[in-house]
Amino acid sequence: MMDDLTLLTLSKVREGLRSAEFTSRELLEAYLARIELYEPSLHAFLYLNADRALTQADQADQRISAWRKDPTEPLPPLIGIPLAVKDVLCVKGLPCTCGSRILEGFIPPYHATAVRRLLEAGAIIIGKTNTDEFAMGSSTENSAYGATHNPWNVEHVPGGSSGGSAAAVAARFAPLALGTDTGGSVRQPAAFCGVTGLKPTYGRVSRFGLVAYGSSLDVVGAFGKSVADVAFLFGLVSGPDALDATTVDLPVPQVRLSDEPSLKGLRVGVPKEYFVSGIQNEIERSVRAAIDRFQELGAQIVEISLPHTKYALPVYYLIAPAEASANLARYDGIRYGPRNPAEAMWDIYYHTRGEKFGAEVKRRIMLGTYALSAGYYDAYYGKAQKVRTLIKRDFERAFDQVDIIAAPVAPTTAFRFGEHSNDPLAMYLEDVFTLPANLAGVPGLAIPVGFDQAGLPVGIQLMGAHFAESTLFQAAHAYQLTTSWHTLFPDQIQRA
Amino acid sequence: MSITPQQVDHIARLARLDLNEEERQLYSQQLSAILDHFQQLQEVVTEDIPPTFQVIPSQCPLRVDEVRPSLPREHLLGNAVDVVDNQFRVPPILE
Repeated sequence: MMDDLTLLTLSKVREGLRSAEFTSRELLEAYLARIELYEPSLHAFLYLNADRALTQADQADQRISAWRKDPTEPLPPLIGIPLAVKDVLCVKGLPCTCGSRILEGFIPPYHATAVRRLLEAGAIIIGKTNTDEFAMGSSTENSAYGATHNPWNVEHVPGGSSGGSAAAVAARFAPLALGTDTGGSVRQPAAFCGVTGLKPTYGRVSRFGLVAYGSSLDVVGAFGKSVADVAFLFGLVSGPDALDATTVDLPVPQVRLSDEPSLKGLRVGVPKEYFVSGIQNEIERSVRAAIDRFQELGAQIVEISLPHTKYALPVYYLIAPAEASANLARYDGIRYGPRNPAEAMWDIYYHTRGEKFGAEVKRRIMLGTYALSAGYYDAYYGKAQKVRTLIKRDFERAFDQVDIIAAPVAPTTAFRFGEHSNDPLAMYLEDVFTLPANLAGVPGLAIPVGFDQAGLPVGIQLMGAHFAESTLFQAAHAYQLTTSWHTLFPDQIQRA
Repeated sequence: MSITPQQVDHIARLARLDLNEEERQLYSQQLSAILDHFQQLQEVVTEDIPPTFQVIPSQCPLRVDEVRPSLPREHLLGNAVDVVDNQFRVPPILE
């Protein structure tokens, strides 16, 4: 019976807490009970904050009962609601490792802005979720602390890098989770785990307190059970922040989702470059069926072209590693994290970084350092930045013709552990459909639209013009009003 | 495109990374394969195309230059392995 609380959507949870149908403690305990059962087989968390969360739930309950007696002061919007946070976002006082040995034991002295806003909104942090080391990966296999497993089939990856957050929502360990998306790290795990995941427009959500990977690409995103839940979370974390000069000073639209599932007048672009040979048949089938549903709801479907799509992979894997090589220069064993002792200063750097960084992080630092090094800058980094302009223009042209773009999230469903881990290029190819949105800075929303024959979820991705998140929400919400994929959760998670 | 183990050494030195022999060989092969794949970028005509460094036009926000409290020093030093007299301690860098 208590288990049912973990099936409720956010609006039902908010209602239930306010009407004293159940308490924040009961809600949290329901989630913790599932964590106790299934976390040993999934490993979604790097740090579980259960004790502190229970105390905070009791405090929330006191506040709610006081409010019921005297409702003059409104309650904060997320009061008493558990939240999982990807372990690349700083939460003051809780360990933050970024899935790396080089930050083992690091305790941030401040909150990330996105985290602070949600805490002020009343959210209760249930734990820090697993990630590929420094968010570099597509499967969580690059976490130094062991991979997360997919709740639909524990022999498959959950996607990455925000695989812990996606798995936590799919396994009903938390109703909401924060992730980050540099090249698909929210959308791809959302698709692999069958949940809803948003990558906002670049600059919409503050990156302050997000441990930097690729600064011109990184965005804080959100996972939830439905578009409505994710849209609600988005409204709370977005908006300008004096601590991140790349946040944009635009009002965050109050997202009012219509309960009328009509998409009359909406123009949906279908880019031919995203339906190429090599994508799994079942993905094409489910995505096309979802596009048909948009049409039934009144949308006009338009074939479009994003001609530079295939170059997104090399462009991304030059720009992101170049930015990473600079961002990760700060890990030197001096100011935080463990230090490998040495007699000479430089040897501290060499030994600490050589030993504590994992294989993929070193590979990307090397690739980025090479792309920026004397004699190669123009041929690699400079060239990539120019082709990035062409990719961005593809989107600008497309959004002259259509309101949103619908495409697969990834060419395959969740793959098996080890399938790509010896071939970095094959792993990079998993990101081929998510990278363009990051390079252009446009928002992307992944929602579940079916399953493959093995019972693994399939996702569709909707992309919009800069700051057009509301349009994505309206379209995806209309879809969810008339379908039930998003209400399905794995009922039997294999126990360890 | 081939990245020799000697070039790997050079890059690793720039990036301050110790690599063992196995890693030298592996990264030499893998970086060569990755960069080979990336050669396709050279077929794109980019004359007169400006580079994109920022996707959203920078607004260069200004704020009043006023003194504000910073984080307590002990919080910032609290994560370091070797602190003496409110300072990070490192080996001598000058003889």
